Amino acid sequence: MRLWMLIIAAIVLSFLSLFIGAIDIKPSELLDWESDETQIFLISRVPRLMAIILAGAGMSIAGLIMQSLSRNKFVSPTTAGTLDAAKLGILISMLFFTNTTYLQEIIFSFVFALAGTLVFMQILDRVKFKDVIFVPLIGIMYGNILSSITTFLGYEADLLQNIQSWLMGSFTLIISGRYELLYVSIPAVILAYLYANKFTVAGMGEDFARNLGLSYKLVLNMGLILVAIISTTVVLTVGVIPFLGLIVPNIVSLYLGDNLRKTIPHTAVLGIVFLLICDILGRVIIHPYEIPVNVTVAVIGSAIFLIMLFRGRAYAKK
Amino acid sequence: MIEIKGLTKRFGKKPVVEDVSVKIESGTITSFIGPNGAGKSTLLSMVSRLLNADTGEVLLDQNNVQKWKSNEFARRVSILKQSNYINVRLTVRELIAFGRYPYSKGRLTAEDEKFVDQAIEYMNLSEMEDQFLDELSGGQKQRAFIAMVIAQDTDYILLDEPLNNLDMKHSVQIMKILRGLVDELGKTVVIVLHDINFASVYSDRIVALKDGKLVKNGPTHEIINSDALRDIYDMDIPIQEQNGCRICVYFNSHT
Repeated sequence: MRLWMLIIAAIVLSFLSLFIGAIDIKPSELLDWESDETQIFLISRVPRLMAIILAGAGMSIAGLIMQSLSRNKFVSPTTAGTLDAAKLGILISMLFFTNTTYLQEIIFSFVFALAGTLVFMQILDRVKFKDVIFVPLIGIMYGNILSSITTFLGYEADLLQNIQSWLMGSFTLIISGRYELLYVSIPAVILAYLYANKFTVAGMGEDFARNLGLSYKLVLNMGLILVAIISTTVVLTVGVIPFLGLIVPNIVSLYLGDNLRKTIPHTAVLGIVFLLICDILGRVIIHPYEIPVNVTVAVIGSAIFLIMLFRGRAYAKK
Repeated sequence: MIEIKGLTKRFGKKPVVEDVSVKIESGTITSFIGPNGAGKSTLLSMVSRLLNADTGEVLLDQNNVQKWKSNEFARRVSILKQSNYINVRLTVRELIAFGRYPYSKGRLTAEDEKFVDQAIEYMNLSEMEDQFLDELSGGQKQRAFIAMVIAQDTDYILLDEPLNNLDMKHSVQIMKILRGLVDELGKTVVIVLHDINFASVYSDRIVALKDGKLVKNGPTHEIINSDALRDIYDMDIPIQEQNGCRICVYFNSHT
């Protein structure tokens, strides 16, 4: 697969995304600046597209970084407790402050996402049995423990409904003014690209990295901070989107390898394409209503994940 | 020159390496031999800074290795640990290019490319330079990693059991390459070996460890004899000469 093919697909799908929805908007109607259609376009459709692009690229790259640093193909923000920790962080901030500001939520969510992932990496360091399947299973269990703490605290504090809304990754509620936090992930993604070589070297193990004069711990922490930034911005605006950070980097790795300098652009664009497809499907299937994107991603993603598990176990193991 | 001075390392209370002092002479192959658990790999890891010593020091050009900047150190000393298990999908060429990382941080200059080309040529890998590592056999993979170290262009090359999991043909191939690195390119090679006969045939000097202590250290011909080997392995090992090579026939020895 060539990068330009993916980019063309992304552009075509972006146009589709802009003109699909409960209200029909024709390109010609946009010429009238005052019309309702133009307003809807600017307040809802464009922000939605931007959110999909940023979340799609961000989550895929976060997954790629985690797979590289943990040296396991099936580790991602969903399977290492990162997203669950971020959710717990938001809840704690709500419990601590009666009127939580957005900034407090962001800080708590970020700190928890970072700490949660660090704990998982520590667990990973300690377990002797590093099977490709076993490691993400630990991660999922660990995530579920965090998640059940969140649910318990939420139940006690009568905040269960709020929790439910972060669980549901959806672009339905994205309008201008409610998604801008996602732009924070742009510098994180750029940094990831600049650090690509360091992540690749670190992905070959601590001894290997130190042989080449790389300070392994620094790169590891840098990577986890980037992952935490991206995860936090996505959870706070869109909600949890499962599987994205898992399958997109794996598909790219299959045809392009693991040299991050090479794979990061592909991973970002393929993530955008995949998320656009899932979101457009969700909007078309029961038009004029919508299926939240986390459902379509989960259905398509889990199918692809299963295929990868069965066909790719040999590849992931090597 | 690398000088190991009174090096000790404990894991828990048990000393794994105890008060070992060795000088590694430049332009030679030095083999670390000894029974399992003798501390060979630990010693090598401390020389290459992958592990910190509890007491004692390792000097590279009269300076403690701990004081070297990681980047400069990586241009002088390289280490390959048992690398057959790395599961990264890089092409052979990409891997070798990472050998230039201490110089270029991944943005290869024309000079870096030249080193990469030379390493590929030297290790006879041009046919498979665009193949992924996980598509190669164990011997080819090992050659790719050694090519990376050649591209890294260090004076000292340390290898931890590079013959592990290789068949006879590939083992001989790797050892001949290492000999070439010393004789043709003027490198200094330090290697942990399990097979005493490879040590006997290919190395200039042998350092023998047992229970963390240095038991023998000298030119190969002083170590490969029944008396010295008894001290190292607690075995009676007859030696036979074949075409000028001393071969230890230990397969049916009395212990």
